[in-house]
Amino acid sequence: MKGIFADMVDMSAKFTTGHVKIMTRAYAENQHQLPNDLALLDVDELMENLTSDYQDMEWVKRIHFGGLLDIPDENGETRAQGPAAGKAVDLLSPDSKETGRMNITNAIVKGVLPSKQGEALISDEFAEKFGVKLGDEVTIFGSTMYGSMMFKTFEVAGTISFGMTMLDRGAIIIDISDAQLALDMFDASSEILGYFNDGIYDDAKADSVKTSFNAKYSKIDDEFSPQMFKLREQNGLDEMLTRSENMSGIMVTIFIFAMSIVLWNTGLLGGLRRYSEYGVRLALGENKSHIYKTILYEAVFIGAIGSVVGTIFGLGACYYLQENGIDFSSMMKNVNMMMPPVYRAAVSPELFYIGFFPGLLAMTLGNALAGYAIYKRNTAQLFKELEV
Amino acid sequence: MKNILIILGLLFPLVISAQSAEEIIERIDKNMSAENRVVESSMTIHGKRNSRTMTSISYTVGNKQSFTEYLSPAREKGTKMLKLEDKLWIFSPSTDRTIQISGHMLRQSIMGSDFSYEDMMDDRELMDMYAAEIVGQEEIDGRKTYVLELTAKVDDVAYYKRKMWVDTERFVPLKEDLFAKSGQLLKRSTLSEVQKVEGRWYPMNITYKDMLKQGDGTEMQMTSIKFNQEIPDYIFTKAALKK
Repeated sequence: MKGIFADMVDMSAKFTTGHVKIMTRAYAENQHQLPNDLALLDVDELMENLTSDYQDMEWVKRIHFGGLLDIPDENGETRAQGPAAGKAVDLLSPDSKETGRMNITNAIVKGVLPSKQGEALISDEFAEKFGVKLGDEVTIFGSTMYGSMMFKTFEVAGTISFGMTMLDRGAIIIDISDAQLALDMFDASSEILGYFNDGIYDDAKADSVKTSFNAKYSKIDDEFSPQMFKLREQNGLDEMLTRSENMSGIMVTIFIFAMSIVLWNTGLLGGLRRYSEYGVRLALGENKSHIYKTILYEAVFIGAIGSVVGTIFGLGACYYLQENGIDFSSMMKNVNMMMPPVYRAAVSPELFYIGFFPGLLAMTLGNALAGYAIYKRNTAQLFKELEV
Repeated sequence: MKNILIILGLLFPLVISAQSAEEIIERIDKNMSAENRVVESSMTIHGKRNSRTMTSISYTVGNKQSFTEYLSPAREKGTKMLKLEDKLWIFSPSTDRTIQISGHMLRQSIMGSDFSYEDMMDDRELMDMYAAEIVGQEEIDGRKTYVLELTAKVDDVAYYKRKMWVDTERFVPLKEDLFAKSGQLLKRSTLSEVQKVEGRWYPMNITYKDMLKQGDGTEMQMTSIKFNQEIPDYIFTKAALKK
């Protein structure tokens, strides 16, 4: 579960939320409508300030836009069209990490990444459905930042499939400079995303960056001033992650408890089966405490071996699922959530002890309880018991 | 006999009222609809951040053919729209492309305004689309108005219910609320500067507000309106879009 939720968070960070995200407050309130008329302005200056203020982070501009993706016939009239869900990212800068971050290179089904302005990647599903080939022209029809009609024609450089309906439906990816030109968004951007240089989301660190940024840049009386949001505050992730953490805690506790009962019973039954053996040993004059100690040593030894072997097998399976995962993409064609198509486990430090100690303890306690009966046996009755 | 008279007495005002409501919307249609018209207008969109104005000229014949050309500002100049029956095409001179708008895209705003393509497309007479009922009388800006409630009698209307404040003397709506079937208020328009143009009363200023959208609405100011003009047929062809 930890692996799945970590993947979900990572995916959200890379595609939509960043580790932190900056928008205008007005944009944030209506984010689902992609209201570019409320977008951030003077972003170049803001980016410079961010780069100097937070040097352990990388900042990127993103533009989201909607509209129609229209395929012309030989007369320039509509041959086919569908709704477009556009993303503009930095595809052309030589030092841009966006293609790797969003896994765009691996998502390309046909063709290549755009290498110059005026080129676009479109959804492979859309291209297949409407017979769009590499090199064909497609027109995006929508609204500019100022509400004017936006018509912009692009050449198809490649087709993409992320394996997620939410990302693939009507997808068109263009370079940020093309979007700024088409949407009249010079020195403007829908949002600025910030990523920690180590690539790992740290909630406390994000919280401190957010607090210092908002104190410096966000103005309460200006709904168009920039406002920073950390990952957990977006798209209901906080509630989802808190619930998932609670749920996984409950599930792990129940599982460990159930397994402990099983191991306890194993230990208990093992001890009881050796009832006659203890009788013989007592009859031969062995001390009760000595017998009890040897039972406990054996239980610790066997429990330790069992737990180590079990942990190795469990970690092995977990590692396999971490590296290979289980591909659910064929079952997720109509899922509209930002879910990873391949579910992976995660080998985390607690896995090294989470199964070991309960296994060892349950075995030892089971044997300890069963062995306790030794002290209740009278030497006078032993021969009578052994005759049976 | 006495009972029949009582029932007739109760029904009579309703009959009068139903006839009056029908008569009122018929008279509104006579003012607002025409065989054909040529309108020059400026549209000012009051956005949340700024306002902008664009001018256009529209040619309309009946409720099935319409052609609009945007004249300014420079970015919109040369953009043309053609409506034929229930189809709509938009021509962009910058890309030399003609795009057909259909389906849910017709509900999108035109140029960021509070008007949707659907609003622009629906030129049918009220009589053909709605059943009307008078629900009261109110005064708006010193003018007496009938308050009418219109309920759709056909399926393919953009707004299921309309509440209309109609000038009692000029039979021009001065205010209108447009509702979805759920009862949610979707749009509100106020009509003013009512003038007599070629024998009919017509509002020269319309302010339209999409109630689900932020901003201060869209103002349409007619700078010129001419009825019953000779409009050449070629205007209502796709070829005219590229001219």
